[in-house]
Amino acid sequence: MTAPPRVVVVGAGPAGARAALAAARGGIRVVLVDGEPRVGGQYHRHPLAEPGSRRLHPLERSVVAQPRIEHLSRATVWALEAGPRPGSHLVHLQQGSADAAGRTQRTLVADALVLCTGAYDRVLPFPGWELPGVVTAGAARALAVGQRTAVGRRVVVSGTGPFLLPAAVSLLTAGSRVAGVYEAGKPSRWLRNLPAALRDGGPALLAELASYAGALARHRVPCRSRRAVVAAHGDGRVEAVTVARLDARWGVVPGSERVIAPVDALCVGYGFLPQLELPLAAGCLVRDGRVVVDARQATSAPGVYAAGEVTGVAGPVAAAAEGELAGLAAAADLSRACVPAREAAAAARVRAGRRFAAALEETYPIREGWRSRLTEDTLVCRCEEVTYGQLRDAVTDRGADAMRTIKLTCRVGLGACQGRICGRNAADLVAGLLGRPPADTLATDRRPLAHPVRLGDLASGPDGPPATC
Amino acid sequence: MPLTVYVDGVPHPARPGQTVAALLLATGRTAWRSTRHGGRPRGLFCGIGVCHDCLVAVNGLPDVRACLREVCDGDRIETQDGATLPGPAGERA
Repeated sequence: MTAPPRVVVVGAGPAGARAALAAARGGIRVVLVDGEPRVGGQYHRHPLAEPGSRRLHPLERSVVAQPRIEHLSRATVWALEAGPRPGSHLVHLQQGSADAAGRTQRTLVADALVLCTGAYDRVLPFPGWELPGVVTAGAARALAVGQRTAVGRRVVVSGTGPFLLPAAVSLLTAGSRVAGVYEAGKPSRWLRNLPAALRDGGPALLAELASYAGALARHRVPCRSRRAVVAAHGDGRVEAVTVARLDARWGVVPGSERVIAPVDALCVGYGFLPQLELPLAAGCLVRDGRVVVDARQATSAPGVYAAGEVTGVAGPVAAAAEGELAGLAAAADLSRACVPAREAAAAARVRAGRRFAAALEETYPIREGWRSRLTEDTLVCRCEEVTYGQLRDAVTDRGADAMRTIKLTCRVGLGACQGRICGRNAADLVAGLLGRPPADTLATDRRPLAHPVRLGDLASGPDGPPATC
Repeated sequence: MPLTVYVDGVPHPARPGQTVAALLLATGRTAWRSTRHGGRPRGLFCGIGVCHDCLVAVNGLPDVRACLREVCDGDRIETQDGATLPGPAGERA
């Protein structure tokens, strides 16, 4: 007798949780793997539990109540391999306290995979960005919401994109004073296609953004567009920042620089970068830094679906719709139990989400002028402490013209984060120096180990043979 | 029930579910690691386990991401200088 099919969903944010629920309701057994202690991902981050209270978010309650979902929390998938049947995969994971030695190891056979690995903040380098106290907007929000801890007492927020607003509001909630929010872009570009934004973003999302703007206004937080933090200063930690007005290309308008001091934290976010190592390991086609999916969230790799920000950033509502569609599609393909009406309804919401994502990208583009802020000794790669001057010399003096060669020549992207923070920025800088994109822009995203594993654990191997039931 | 953890030998109260990074920030620190090459101070940056800037030693085992690791009662947290090898009291399964 063969075991009933099993879907492994990686990531328990809005997309992954919805995918798991949809597949489970279709009669499929689901393993939902996520690094956090609880369901919800970065968006529905749970506050640190107050003594005696353990309130569940509705999404989490549904997952807990669904008997066909096994939720593996504090678990990380560190490698994928081809499985015993066409379209199946071996999923290698570790579970337990983060980065501890001897985390529990398991290998699952997945008849289908739904990858909902999400995205993380992009930060464009500028002089002083490596000073302690300079953090990503996502870090500030995760700390404020999840840990009720303020990253600083007097904080500046800068970057581009609507996520800067909830990050700034979370700082206020945690008790910080926000000295200013500096948006490099021009959010009034939304007005060009306001009806589309209303239709595709949905009233709830726009109401949410309006509530953030209201909170910032009540606290008299200065919010300026076409301005950004162009340098951070301090001895051993951030103590001051320089804010400047930007021209249309994001070059600094001469004479517009102004120092804000004292500050003890700076939160920066220039949009998000999809977490691509698992989709690349599964052989999924990636274009423009996003996983390519069809109208049912299927990737180019048989048996592999993707949903949420890994396919493009459109917010939690769109991610949830993509997740539901991916879960329905995976269940239908495994059991032939298609629910056309539900698939069609989810697909319509997904199409609206894609249009919204395109509008977001058009409203908050990254302009090439950021490159002009880098000085000879501005760090590009934080881990290996590679400066812009060293990167430029590798390209212009030593003739390196592909990301892999450049990595081996000047060590950019060779450190502990494996190019997650610097890879995209370095590729953009190299493209500027060469006058064309480098040959292999995805080279830094290919990581055979998707998460760090202790060598002792790697040597000891999994606890048993692959679990097939 | 409050927990007690030790930061460079000094006891600090901690809350269940609190991350090492949140605890270190609450003690007034912004940096708890120095870089391998330049010896420059580093602390929290991405906050979600991506950047590996916030590495710290917990119970003798180095290279633990402070932003992800939740404290346990009695944990010994030590700042990390450059590339560190596991100490004699290294954590074992």
